[in-house]
Amino acid sequence: MIPCPLTITGGRLVLPSGAPVPGAVRCADGHIVAVGADVVPQNGDQVVDAKGALIAPGLVDLGVFSVDKPAFHFGGITRAALMPDQGPPLDHPARVRFAAQSGKPDMWVHPLAAATLGLEGTHLAELALMRDAGARAVATGRQWIGDSGVMLRLLSYCAMLGLVVVTHAEDAGITGSAVATAGEMATRLGLPSAPAEAEALAVARDIALAELSGAHVHFRQVTTARALDLVRAAKAKGIRVTAGVTPAHFMLSDLELADFRTFCRMSPPLRPDADRKAVIAAIADGTIDVISSGHDPRGPEDKRLPFADAEPGMAGAETLLPLTLTLVRDGHIDMARAFALLAANPAKLLGVAAGRLETGAEADIALVDPERPWIVKTDKMAASAGNTPFDRRPVEGRVLGLFKGGARID
Amino acid sequence: MQPSNPTPAEPRRTGRYPEGGLAFVHRDLTGIAQLARHEILYLLDEAEQWVELNRQPHKRAEVLSGLTIINAFFENSTRTLLSFEIAGKRLGADVVNMHAATSSVKKGETLIDTAMTLNAMRADAIVIRHGSSGAVRLIAEMVDCPVLNAGDGQHEHPTQALLDALTIRQALGLAPGSDLNGLKVTICGDILHSRVARSNILSLTALGADIRVCAPPALMPAEIEAMGVQPFHDFDAALKGANIVMMLRLQQERMQGQFIPSPREYRHLYGLTLDRLAKAEPDALVMHPGPMNRGVEIDSQVADHPSRSLITRQVESGVAIRMACLDVLTRRARRLPGWTEIEGTRA
Repeated sequence: MIPCPLTITGGRLVLPSGAPVPGAVRCADGHIVAVGADVVPQNGDQVVDAKGALIAPGLVDLGVFSVDKPAFHFGGITRAALMPDQGPPLDHPARVRFAAQSGKPDMWVHPLAAATLGLEGTHLAELALMRDAGARAVATGRQWIGDSGVMLRLLSYCAMLGLVVVTHAEDAGITGSAVATAGEMATRLGLPSAPAEAEALAVARDIALAELSGAHVHFRQVTTARALDLVRAAKAKGIRVTAGVTPAHFMLSDLELADFRTFCRMSPPLRPDADRKAVIAAIADGTIDVISSGHDPRGPEDKRLPFADAEPGMAGAETLLPLTLTLVRDGHIDMARAFALLAANPAKLLGVAAGRLETGAEADIALVDPERPWIVKTDKMAASAGNTPFDRRPVEGRVLGLFKGGARID
Repeated sequence: MQPSNPTPAEPRRTGRYPEGGLAFVHRDLTGIAQLARHEILYLLDEAEQWVELNRQPHKRAEVLSGLTIINAFFENSTRTLLSFEIAGKRLGADVVNMHAATSSVKKGETLIDTAMTLNAMRADAIVIRHGSSGAVRLIAEMVDCPVLNAGDGQHEHPTQALLDALTIRQALGLAPGSDLNGLKVTICGDILHSRVARSNILSLTALGADIRVCAPPALMPAEIEAMGVQPFHDFDAALKGANIVMMLRLQQERMQGQFIPSPREYRHLYGLTLDRLAKAEPDALVMHPGPMNRGVEIDSQVADHPSRSLITRQVESGVAIRMACLDVLTRRARRLPGWTEIEGTRA
């Protein structure tokens, strides 16, 4: 069913630059056909009054581990790039095709093709076939590819295919079975730990290989000051690298590990506070391009375990927007940049015409009250599991309405 | 000799400690990190009487009569398990040992399920050893009775630290109530993987001792200075001025090229020989939590030295310390006067 044209009026438009401005957006045939202060509904339009809320692009979440529609919709996410770490991994065109259809119509899933068979880091997967089956980029999964020769061949191949390679930046030889960053906290708790430099080493290698191969490398999470410096320098040199992060790494430090809280077990692990501050600085200065949720809902069977035995990851879809808005409130970024990090930049990386309020883009729209307060509660999440380290934290920013392709999502 | 059957220990009121249950406010013993200095001293003082009892021919006090203590060991252990078993039995408790490490029990769900099962069996105290840091605390959050940590991963081994402190205090002839102010203690070995080292650092620094830790870089935890100790790589330098030399066991698999090239190379750098011991204070005492790799981290002449080695006395203190811990932690459930007013704080 094709919905009738839609006009959202009475809101404040979050445009690619500048402060939000009063205006309206009109959508037809699933696309934005007009946006601006002077846009008015036409005869036959369904009209929605935003009542002063932000009219913003729907979030594009680059790198989730599970398709969890209720959580995505709660969080204003209309598109999610699915990590290949599924059971079985997304290393076959048929699985990619299936995953690409799994959210429609009200949620678009963009599969990330497994770079190597079984994500084992040795044999290249059928990347061109998976691209043509709907994969929007390639990912190494939760692990880096340790063999630099394999990585170089992967990058050259993806450069030819025009696919971005999403990598996990931790040198596995150094991290081993570590579950924490080496430092006072890990030492006191007796947790297996690895130095934060494991990330910088991996980033340095992949920057060199990106330069050599001409591929576009996206580091899904860069969480340490040293690695961010490397990304900053590489960008200045014109090397095609981009970087992302999840809110955990700009909100929390490894002090949270006290009491062995497994909801704070992340991959990469939480870092010392100096790194947390470096992440915020890198978001502010443009070194970091993407903020994503890393949504990975995990039940008690994965989390109610001794810390080192628990699985990493957090259910992050619902808190992605409000936690990013803390950066706006604290003056590190403006609203336009917040939505560039959450929508426009990841959409560009995935090569989809979304993530921006502009004519011709897909009508994926979120109505957001950026000041609406609420309290995160682990037992009241929309997600399929409530593993959030932000339990009981008061936050601001709530999605009031969500539209996918111009159709309202209830 | 008196056929002693001492009356159940009343909490001491020497004036040194807060009254009754305020002397030890915790429901569990998960680590030294949770304890205040006076709580450490309280447990040491309580253990003194059990050292005495254990030297009598009749070694039984009916303090815990009718109580069930479960020793749930998810990791292999001989001496710690035996020590806890003897401690419980000497206090008159019914002691049951569960060797989870040798059964098909694995980590994960089973750990939770096992904890719930033990709880449903209405144990009055559960003693746990587990290979993963924080596991004991996780179980403590799920059961209703006091939980004692008999070693969790690389985190803590609190009764070992307490028995070491008691051994030192008695060997130096210090009276009950004394701390170890100014004592220089060198701990040498695999500090990174050692729960014994962590618990000892916490308790000995709380008691006023100066701690040096000595290990090769790969076996030294990051930012260990933050725990108030001085790190060394050179054993000879670390020994200078030491009153106590505490050697740690190095796991066999860690000296086959992973962390250390070979056992003999380890001995070359970090083995405690008589010659090396001479670099410490003239009357320095030697400790080892066992089991020892004789000829690797410690030579037999040192380990068996009649006046310098405290190793067998550590084992003796171990039973007394565990008796004290079991006694103190079950006082609330036994409704001892002064112990029922406040609930023990968890974990």
